[in-house]
Amino acid sequence: MSSKLKILVPVKRVIDYAIKPRINKTQTGVQKTGVKFSINPFCDIAVEEAVRIREANKGAVESIHAVSIGPTKAQDVLRTSLAKGVDSSTLIDVGDAEVEPLVVAKLLRKIVERQQSNLIILGKQAIDDDSNQTGQMLAGLLGWPQATNASKVVVQGDVVTVTREVDGGAETISAQLPLIITTDLRLNEPRYATLPNMMKAKKKPLEKLTAADLEVEIQNRLEILKVEEPAARSAGVKVANVDELIAKLQAAKAL
Amino acid sequence: MLRTVSSHIFRSARVVGSHRVAIPRVVGPRIFARAVQLTSETYPNLQRTAFAKLTEEDIAHFKTILADSAVIQDTDMLLSYNEDQMRKYRGQSRLVLKPKTTAQVAQIVAHCNARALALVPQGGNTGLVGGSVPVFDEIVLSLASLNNIRAFDEVSGILTCDAGVVLENADNYLAERGYIFPLDLGAKGSCHVGGTVATNAGGLRLLRYGSLHGTVLGLEVVLPDGTVYNSLHALRKDNTGYDIKQLFIGSEGTLGVITGVSILCPARPKAKNIAFLGVPSYEAVLQTFAHARGELSEILSAFEFMDRRSQVLCGEFLKTDAHPLEDEHPFYVLIETSGSNKEHDDEKLEAFLESAMEEGLVDDGVLAQDETQLRNLWEWREGISEASQIYGGVYKYDVSLPLPELYGLVDAVNERLAEHGLIGETDEFPVKEAVGYGHVGDGNLHLNVAVRRYTKEVEKCLEPFVYEWIAEKKGSISAEHGLGFQKKNYIGYSKSELEILLMKQIKGQYDPKGIMNPYKYI
Repeated sequence: MSSKLKILVPVKRVIDYAIKPRINKTQTGVQKTGVKFSINPFCDIAVEEAVRIREANKGAVESIHAVSIGPTKAQDVLRTSLAKGVDSSTLIDVGDAEVEPLVVAKLLRKIVERQQSNLIILGKQAIDDDSNQTGQMLAGLLGWPQATNASKVVVQGDVVTVTREVDGGAETISAQLPLIITTDLRLNEPRYATLPNMMKAKKKPLEKLTAADLEVEIQNRLEILKVEEPAARSAGVKVANVDELIAKLQAAKAL
Repeated sequence: MLRTVSSHIFRSARVVGSHRVAIPRVVGPRIFARAVQLTSETYPNLQRTAFAKLTEEDIAHFKTILADSAVIQDTDMLLSYNEDQMRKYRGQSRLVLKPKTTAQVAQIVAHCNARALALVPQGGNTGLVGGSVPVFDEIVLSLASLNNIRAFDEVSGILTCDAGVVLENADNYLAERGYIFPLDLGAKGSCHVGGTVATNAGGLRLLRYGSLHGTVLGLEVVLPDGTVYNSLHALRKDNTGYDIKQLFIGSEGTLGVITGVSILCPARPKAKNIAFLGVPSYEAVLQTFAHARGELSEILSAFEFMDRRSQVLCGEFLKTDAHPLEDEHPFYVLIETSGSNKEHDDEKLEAFLESAMEEGLVDDGVLAQDETQLRNLWEWREGISEASQIYGGVYKYDVSLPLPELYGLVDAVNERLAEHGLIGETDEFPVKEAVGYGHVGDGNLHLNVAVRRYTKEVEKCLEPFVYEWIAEKKGSISAEHGLGFQKKNYIGYSKSELEILLMKQIKGQYDPKGIMNPYKYI
């Protein structure tokens, strides 16, 4: 008799993917005021996958719980997730504090214990720090198997088969629950949150906690020294003929 | 698609035997290659007015004004200037001029006036009534190289730019400074600011920002005799005499060449929301609009409606089955809100949507969760114009009608086409179907008759039926697209004889030789 799936989906609130970020005046980070924030695209894919697993395996999923670590406004991405089919959610309010992947993993471990989750689906990375570490660190802390960069997930009882995107192409692995999966872009295309579901989502639970409640200290090990734009690309030059092209390439020591 | 400059595919033409075959820009369910018939052949009763003909001396003279590369005579390159974007009209111009400065424009126009050579001022060539392409051998005066942003006042929001600035580029420039161009339309990646002013384009945000007659503060125009009229000093309020610039706004290149525009730009909204709704009937569209006006009030920035057929066509064009709404609905509404405070807007929008659903005005809907979804939802409205052409062509009618009657025209047209046996699902029928959508908030319907080929039979069936239908309801036969070539002879359906006389007097006063964009407008 296979165990019921209790899926945990961590979601992050990030600057909207389509917005071009600006470096702040002190060059210590990116401007965050007056900028549009949305759910991290990979986390969105994770939510979608959790909901699809429930739809594809009738009765196999007991609960889908979303958790977000961020400022109070991160509630918005939790509400979006609830509107898409997540059952309940937790906000770990850390105010304006920057939280590194290791701390995130430690906080998530506590949530896993509270929720008794046996399948965690995360985005492979957040588009603001591009760390690509949280899922792997969480697997290490919990001692669970991990299937990262997933482009296809099939659940059959207690066994999950995951196709991963790797440099050489695709790799298919299978693992027993409990398991951590991180999503890649091609896993699915997230649905829109429909109005009727958004109304229903208002009644779904959203609990609020702090890091202290979970007995985890926010301790950062990295210090950002400087953030700057990449060097501007210099203009191209038109050449009149092949001889000139060769001469220019030689001058630039490319030949 | 016309939306972004980067996806603008340049058409090339191959000469095959005695036929010119042009490879089209839009690729639909069937890739087709067919020649666009010359306008003069499609309308054989049209006579070329006795303008002068282009000579080698004229070319030599233009080469003293412009760089050689700005004087285009190559037949392959001329094709895209001679054809309109709906591939319905094709002219026979043998010369395209691309001046870089207002002074050059003035010199060109002065010469043409002296010689009685006809001119067609051309912007992005995205016009929908054949107003921006030649009919016979008129010289095409392209403003594409006049594309600098001249100045921007960050306190007043007044932007001054050359006429040839692409609309999307102007908006991106303003976006970086926290402002927005008060006009937005599907062709923004290709159309020029000067062209939108010459057409008095309405667009998607007229509901919120008003018409160009209100937002344009000043113009620089080269008059038909070559003198330069300049009112670009642009003041918000200036009641000193007749407001001459209003004559040029919407004049479609018949009174002069717009070379510079000064326009008042609003602050860019910090919060934007899109709701895409499915409603049970056209009456529900109107009721939702009234409700939105009341509940959303000052944050409402666009209210568009689409019928089911337009969404099916759009799906074929966008090559996707994934419509934002799962179930089918007879009508759809796209609502955009913009404001300075996200929480305030979100609250208002949620309250409005809840009450609209409870009252049964709206059956289903989605709310964009991020920028990407916002743009995707707009595509289902903005893509309809191009989607209507994928079967081969389209007859477009852009009309203003009293709101309760608006959609009645679409039904009437489909019925009439069926009565004449012209409409059907297979190739033997020239017409695929008529779809309706548009700025219902402004009382403006876009009726698109999607066809597999343009035929005299279809045209006779549609015209003057459509215009008579509109005249009967006291609507406008051209809400925002203009008269151009297509509707020149139908102005009488919306304007009285006296009005037409007054307009002809103005045209005669400023362009006595009639060289500016002849065969069109008035």
